[in-house]
Amino acid sequence: MSRAPRKTVIAPWRFYLVVIALLALPTLLVGRVLSLQVLDTDRGRSFLQNQGDLRSVRNAEIPAYRGVISDRRGEPLAVSTPVISLWTDPAILAGVEDLSALAGALETTPSALRERLDNYAGKRFIYLQRHLVPVAARDILALRIPGVYGKREYRRFYPAGEVVGQLVGFTNTDGAGITGLELAYDEWLKGVPGQKQYIKDLHGDAVRDIGVLEPARPGKDLRLSIDLRLQYLHHQELQRAMALTGASAGTIVTLDSHTGEVLAMVNHPVYNPNSRRGITPAQTRNRAMTDMYEPGSTMKAFTLVAALESGRYSTETLIDTSPGRIRVGRKVFPDPRDYGEITVSRIIEKSSQVGVTRIALDLGHQPILDVFARFGIGSMLATGFPGESAGLLPNRERWSDVEKATLAFGYGLTATPLQLAHAYSAFANDGILQPVSLLATGQPGTDGTRIISGDLAAQVLTVLQRVTEEHGTARKAQVPGYHVGGKTGTVHKVGPGGYQDNKYIALFAGIAPIEDPRFVTVVIINEPQGEAYGGGAAAAPVFSRVAQGTLRLLNVPPEVPAPAELTVAAPASHTSGAIPRAEVSG
Amino acid sequence: MGDYVRQLPEASADLARRPSLALRLHIDVPLLLLLLMLTCFGLIVLYSASGTQLGAVVRQGQYFVVGYVAMIVAAQIDLQRYQRWAPWFYLLGVGLLLAVMFVGVGAKGAQRWLDIGGFRFQPSEILKLVMPLAVAWYLASRALPPRFSSVAACLALIALPSALILSQPDLGTALLIAASGLFVVFMAGLSWRYIGGVVVAVFLSAWPAWIYVLKDYQKQRILTLLNPESDKLGAGWNIIQSKTAIGSGGWEGKGWLNGTQSQLDFLPESHTDFIIAVLAEEFGLRGVLALMGIYLLIILRGFWIGFTASTIFGRMVAGSLTLTFFVYVFVNMGMVAGLLPVVGVPLPLVSAGGTSVVTLMAGFGLLMAASTEQRGLLH
Repeated sequence: MSRAPRKTVIAPWRFYLVVIALLALPTLLVGRVLSLQVLDTDRGRSFLQNQGDLRSVRNAEIPAYRGVISDRRGEPLAVSTPVISLWTDPAILAGVEDLSALAGALETTPSALRERLDNYAGKRFIYLQRHLVPVAARDILALRIPGVYGKREYRRFYPAGEVVGQLVGFTNTDGAGITGLELAYDEWLKGVPGQKQYIKDLHGDAVRDIGVLEPARPGKDLRLSIDLRLQYLHHQELQRAMALTGASAGTIVTLDSHTGEVLAMVNHPVYNPNSRRGITPAQTRNRAMTDMYEPGSTMKAFTLVAALESGRYSTETLIDTSPGRIRVGRKVFPDPRDYGEITVSRIIEKSSQVGVTRIALDLGHQPILDVFARFGIGSMLATGFPGESAGLLPNRERWSDVEKATLAFGYGLTATPLQLAHAYSAFANDGILQPVSLLATGQPGTDGTRIISGDLAAQVLTVLQRVTEEHGTARKAQVPGYHVGGKTGTVHKVGPGGYQDNKYIALFAGIAPIEDPRFVTVVIINEPQGEAYGGGAAAAPVFSRVAQGTLRLLNVPPEVPAPAELTVAAPASHTSGAIPRAEVSG
Repeated sequence: MGDYVRQLPEASADLARRPSLALRLHIDVPLLLLLLMLTCFGLIVLYSASGTQLGAVVRQGQYFVVGYVAMIVAAQIDLQRYQRWAPWFYLLGVGLLLAVMFVGVGAKGAQRWLDIGGFRFQPSEILKLVMPLAVAWYLASRALPPRFSSVAACLALIALPSALILSQPDLGTALLIAASGLFVVFMAGLSWRYIGGVVVAVFLSAWPAWIYVLKDYQKQRILTLLNPESDKLGAGWNIIQSKTAIGSGGWEGKGWLNGTQSQLDFLPESHTDFIIAVLAEEFGLRGVLALMGIYLLIILRGFWIGFTASTIFGRMVAGSLTLTFFVYVFVNMGMVAGLLPVVGVPLPLVSAGGTSVVTLMAGFGLLMAASTEQRGLLH
């Protein structure tokens, strides 16, 4: 090519100028691009890359999975399931002409939706609908309406519903526990939300996920001491009792006497934690722990302890209860009839006011108060349950004789049903009081304290068993095939102006089986209607049915041979060991 | 070895050297290869810049087919014929520009298009070819280097269509077309005194031009260039977004179709004027350098053709067309990189757009005609 003839008029300098321009200007460009793209100057690469990320990269919270609450056998009581909440930027959505599709999907009208957008015109975030099932939410998001976005959340479901509602409690819409164990163990259950990055475009739509900056750490699971099978049984029996007695409220609580674990705890009225519209505090209250009752005659078992500990009485000491009533100060405490001269044991069996009053006046209030306090009356159980009550043990300077007597048969002090069950568990556990636990421990705690001797506990059990026998007040507490023990209580309700004549609370505190106790059950029936208002008539039968089912579910072998027609085929060796006390089984 | 035996004797070598296929088709092979590379590269970037719409790429590909046909057709015509036709082309171009003034259609406040039977085109694009031809035609028959009277006549030739385009208004194109004419004068050997005089005159007229001539949006473009941060959401938006796109590309780029600025609609005009920002973001500095390399080779090849052309007319036309192409590239890249004001110049052969591709390719056809004429003389 260079051999071409050059008759050019173009001077060399002109050629060079062009060449220089050709090289210089691109060099300038390259320099510029270099400074923008590679060199790390003040407004160079890092700055611009950061700027680019600022436009498009966003962080978002990854919701943490809330821990599962389960019963002691792993049955779920509270689980979180993924849901999608729809939210919108009103500024964008307001610009959409046709809202009918969205309104239809949200089951509202376009005008109502429009009005809502107008109300929040200055805002950039409002929820359209919380906690939609993912499929439904995706259908709406698939409409691709500008300004409508989905947000992943978890919603709490309570498979056991009303059966364990008051104990488990529930969470609010944002997933924070607000009542019950959901609140008490919120920190444990809730976990730590993570962070992820995603890319959004100019219009604010999330285009794609980049990655997880910090994974969400799920909350820890919580295994309760509750046995859901027992809980269902208790629930069913309480509902049945409510229907039979026409009572307004009630509670049944069962404790494992060796470990202090709460095996079942039910209350009435109930509510459905999965659909909480219109519920009242009366429904959500876990009465077994928050409500205080005067325990009434159920406290006579502890007065008995004080009497036996004093050394002045044995269970066979004779006391004259004639003429069937006793005047203390200006009050007269009557027995149903004149029992005559009876043993201390029989006083408890018959729940004799006269007998107990005599013992109390003889002992004085202090030993009785000491025993009550030792059994935990008046002190918190320290379960951490929100709203737990401590009950009230009076602490007076001066005690009148009336006050001494009423203290001994359970008036003038209050306790929660759980406290009462806890106190009884010491009898069932050889005199050792285990701390109450709402969580599964699985084995007897080592931090139990001996509060009475084992011998004394055995004596009380014997008396409590007699209460359920032929001459006792709680024959209806008997359980076929087993020996049980317990104590009834019937108290007048306190209303405006003092104790009310026609409103009662029926109580029963029972232990089963009595030879080798496994559990303590307290039944409280609030305001039973009709003739069967007393502890023996209203509460004891409930205990019988509950204990029967509980013994079966706990696989406790019967001590008393079953009726003969059922044991014909059984080998003799199996039945021979269970002959004593066969006389009771009728 | 066998081949050697079969060779014809030295004396009849000239007879044996039949013109190659490329020469017979009037094709300059290096230039064609470079243009094909540029076309492919451009279509790949366009696919990303248009938001992965295959339709946009196919349409641009169709424009290129038309463009390559125009190039081959333009290459078949002798340079002398162009020289003879030049004044008529010029008159036709000016006539079309006048037609735009009266019956043209427009968009965004500018009246730049003619609509003939549903086919829309910009007559100002034709002037990009016609202007160098016309000025070269005039100067080829005059004594060189040009005297003052010749220069004055050339300036008049240049001023008429430039003024018409300026009135559309389209400052960018008017300046480029005026420049393409001035380049011819420069290539013809314009004296230093004139060049120096013009430089001084430009500086002196800059102030009154700022006050009286430039429209508000033009002033705004210059002001935002000087300080784009002043109007982030308005006038500065384009430059800030394009700089961000370029800067965040780094050396390696974010990868094809992975640019956030371009794919997520932050970058405006990403498939037309600002397409190089897409390239910079997704292919990084490597991609930018590769593209600039191709452009530089095309321009060097163009100048080679110009400087070795056998006629003064060919030399002036080829040199001017190449310089104009260079200015296009430089102005667009400078604009996107924030060195020059945003004047709305597309990146030649890469930005989406039909008329521009066809005229540019026809221009390369002219270069090939010049190249063919020069090589033809060798044989």
